Amino acid sequence: MLSRIAESLFWIGRYVERAEDTARILEVQLQLMVEDPSLDIPTTCDEVLAIMGAPVQAGEIVGTAELLQRLAYDPDSPASIHATLRATREVARRARETMSTSMWEAVNTTWRAIPSGRFESMQPSVAFSWVRDRAALINGTADATMPRDEGWQFLMLGRSIERADMTARLVSAASVSASSAWSTSLRASGGYESFLRTYNGLETDRKAAEFLVLDRLFPRSVVFALSRAEQCLENLESAGQRAGFQNEAQRLLGRTRAELEYRALADVLNDLPHEMERLQRTCALATDAVTRRYFAGSVATIWNPGRW
Amino acid sequence: MTHLFESYDALGPPYDEMFAGSVPRESYARLHDTLGTLSARDLAARVEGLASSYLDQGVTFDIGGEERAFPIDIVPRLIDQDQWAMIEGGVQQRVHALELFLADIYGPGEAFRDGVIPRHVVTTSSHFTRESHGIEPPNGVRIQVSGIDLIRDDEGEFRVLEDNVRVPSGVSYVMTNRRAISTALPEAFAEHRIRPVTAYPQRLLTALRAAAPAGVDDPTVVVLTPGAFNGAYFEHALLARTMGVELVEGRDLECRRGRVLMRTTNGLQQVHVIYRRVDDEFLDPVHFRADSLLGCPGLVNAARSGNVTIANAIGNGVADDKLVYTYMPDLIRYYLNEEPALANVDTWRLGEPKHREEVMDRLDELVLKPVDGSGGKGIVIGPKATRAELEVLRSQVLQEPRAWIAQPVVQLSTVPTYVDGAMAPRHVDLRPFAVNDGSKVWVLPGGLTRVALAEGELIVNSSRGGGSKDTWVLAGPGAAPVASDLPTSGPREIAPLDGGPVGDSRAAQAEQQQQQQQAAREGTC
Repeated sequence: MLSRIAESLFWIGRYVERAEDTARILEVQLQLMVEDPSLDIPTTCDEVLAIMGAPVQAGEIVGTAELLQRLAYDPDSPASIHATLRATREVARRARETMSTSMWEAVNTTWRAIPSGRFESMQPSVAFSWVRDRAALINGTADATMPRDEGWQFLMLGRSIERADMTARLVSAASVSASSAWSTSLRASGGYESFLRTYNGLETDRKAAEFLVLDRLFPRSVVFALSRAEQCLENLESAGQRAGFQNEAQRLLGRTRAELEYRALADVLNDLPHEMERLQRTCALATDAVTRRYFAGSVATIWNPGRW
Repeated sequence: MTHLFESYDALGPPYDEMFAGSVPRESYARLHDTLGTLSARDLAARVEGLASSYLDQGVTFDIGGEERAFPIDIVPRLIDQDQWAMIEGGVQQRVHALELFLADIYGPGEAFRDGVIPRHVVTTSSHFTRESHGIEPPNGVRIQVSGIDLIRDDEGEFRVLEDNVRVPSGVSYVMTNRRAISTALPEAFAEHRIRPVTAYPQRLLTALRAAAPAGVDDPTVVVLTPGAFNGAYFEHALLARTMGVELVEGRDLECRRGRVLMRTTNGLQQVHVIYRRVDDEFLDPVHFRADSLLGCPGLVNAARSGNVTIANAIGNGVADDKLVYTYMPDLIRYYLNEEPALANVDTWRLGEPKHREEVMDRLDELVLKPVDGSGGKGIVIGPKATRAELEVLRSQVLQEPRAWIAQPVVQLSTVPTYVDGAMAPRHVDLRPFAVNDGSKVWVLPGGLTRVALAEGELIVNSSRGGGSKDTWVLAGPGAAPVASDLPTSGPREIAPLDGGPVGDSRAAQAEQQQQQQQAAREGTC
């Protein structure tokens, strides 16, 4: 498989997941700001923007409208759903010949709602569920039509890394803010009901953190996403290896997951924000490693005309 | 005044909650203004969206086997802080008294001896179950969940219309209404400090766990539903889902050696607390209706042996009896030594000759209610009944006077309601829900406001074409945030999102060149 195509698929996986998770986070946060009278709106907006890696400038006060603008509609803000979906379509166009027609159409139709203004004209809550629906459609079409070859592995790898990263952001936000943040995070990850069932309805912050970070069966938990990513990397390295891991990305992801899983629960939970920060760094490093190993050369070599 | 309220007539004798004459009351002023800023078209679109969101979510109820979306009105009903404090206190007091009353009549019967309530009133109630005598609930609670129906009279005073301590339903709509209205009217929502209602499932679960048989550390709680064809099935499913417990039907349960077990893929698993939404009559074919398929044979015996707690307790229905209701003020004074905080509606007991005499020639002015009816069934509103209906009623009453009570026609208060593109006053009641965990009676801040959608209609039950309104209890200043049980530590740095290949400068350059090349080629042709 061409490196360039592999890279495209990897990023389709990441962008689609990112758009979906952004929509989920926004939906729940906005709902919460409306419902909970004890919440300070500017602080919450700051918090949300910080999780999404687009912190406000010092002294800037951001309200809900601005929050929506930055994370959903603004084409120039890299964290916005608009920008993410545009990027998805951009990358997908470059890998168009390898994708099934139905998958390309799913991606393209999704994007078209944005320049046509339909996305912005929807009520926010409708818009968010639309994003979730579209992501499910793209993922489902991929699942139903893509052969389980290398391309699929890259798509899944991208999705899993992004998911681990996004859940980590959600967790670190919840662990520093007050009150109902944990059940909000569970709702945002779509796992509130399964969490309640798992723990017989006893809601505590500690258990919520455990569920989002360590649960082995919940598809949006950090550990689940990491093992999924590892699995993809293992499938890509077909040659059976007798000792250790040669793949740097696999090593990074595996080590982080093992540390999360094997350290005492109390240790992990006591230092969640740092733990999650580390995880985000790992995701970034793993992405670099994957890029170096598989995609290197997909960027045009630049000829530097002789300087001497 | 805005066009929406142009034709709004709030001058009648019923108390209007939004308007005092033609001026909005203080607590409603902001809501009134916000609604005024919406154009008729915008509002119509929101109303439409509201209805379709309920259909999509499956927020429905069944009438005679047909599943319909539960009608919800877009205008919320507001209760200010002081009114709420009064309601809360009154409901708590009432629940305490009802608990003591039930414990008494299924136990020593001191109230009979002291002459507060005649024994025959209790024992002739169709919901008095001798089977419950001597079943001691583990933490002393028989009324885990109650819904005390309140109305406001012409002076705006809250009064108790009836008590529901069997299986009061409707709490699910309190939760779904809140979510739906917050989406439909975000502006109004943002301008009020509204007390949240989301804590209900956790409170209920805590109360149910607290009711578990002694010695069980980690009780298994289930919700028992009659099944998917029950009118309130939506609610049963919502409660089970939000409490994270199993929703079982009678056929999933089995009683062995005085224990209740449920059939799971891992074999039989013991159940400790059953939050049942099945009526007494159908609960256990051994003791009650022998042909019942909804319950589980042996439940009552298991409860008697103390191996399972049934919530709410069997036999609570006697407290819902409308005849017992008439004794409630006395019972509150007797058990609690307090004056009732919430008054009853004046009531005549037709079983008593003196009362009957007063009522019989005034049937056309009064409301007559069967004592064990629910859902608005069998109620006859005198001024609206035909002569023939009144004749039938007269003979029914004379035949079985114990089965009837009479009340003056109470004009329920009105709240603006969206009807055909404009606001119109419609009658409402309020059902606050209370959860008793044995140490505290917690009243859900809000409750279900039911509204009669037809003009002048006084019966608000959904089975009679009623709808509901979201009920906002306004918070006072400074609801303190709850502290987390996890340490919150340190500064953190959150990495920006990885950019990926898009937006890469070299990619942009290549893109440009690709286009140029194309342009060049086109130029040569």
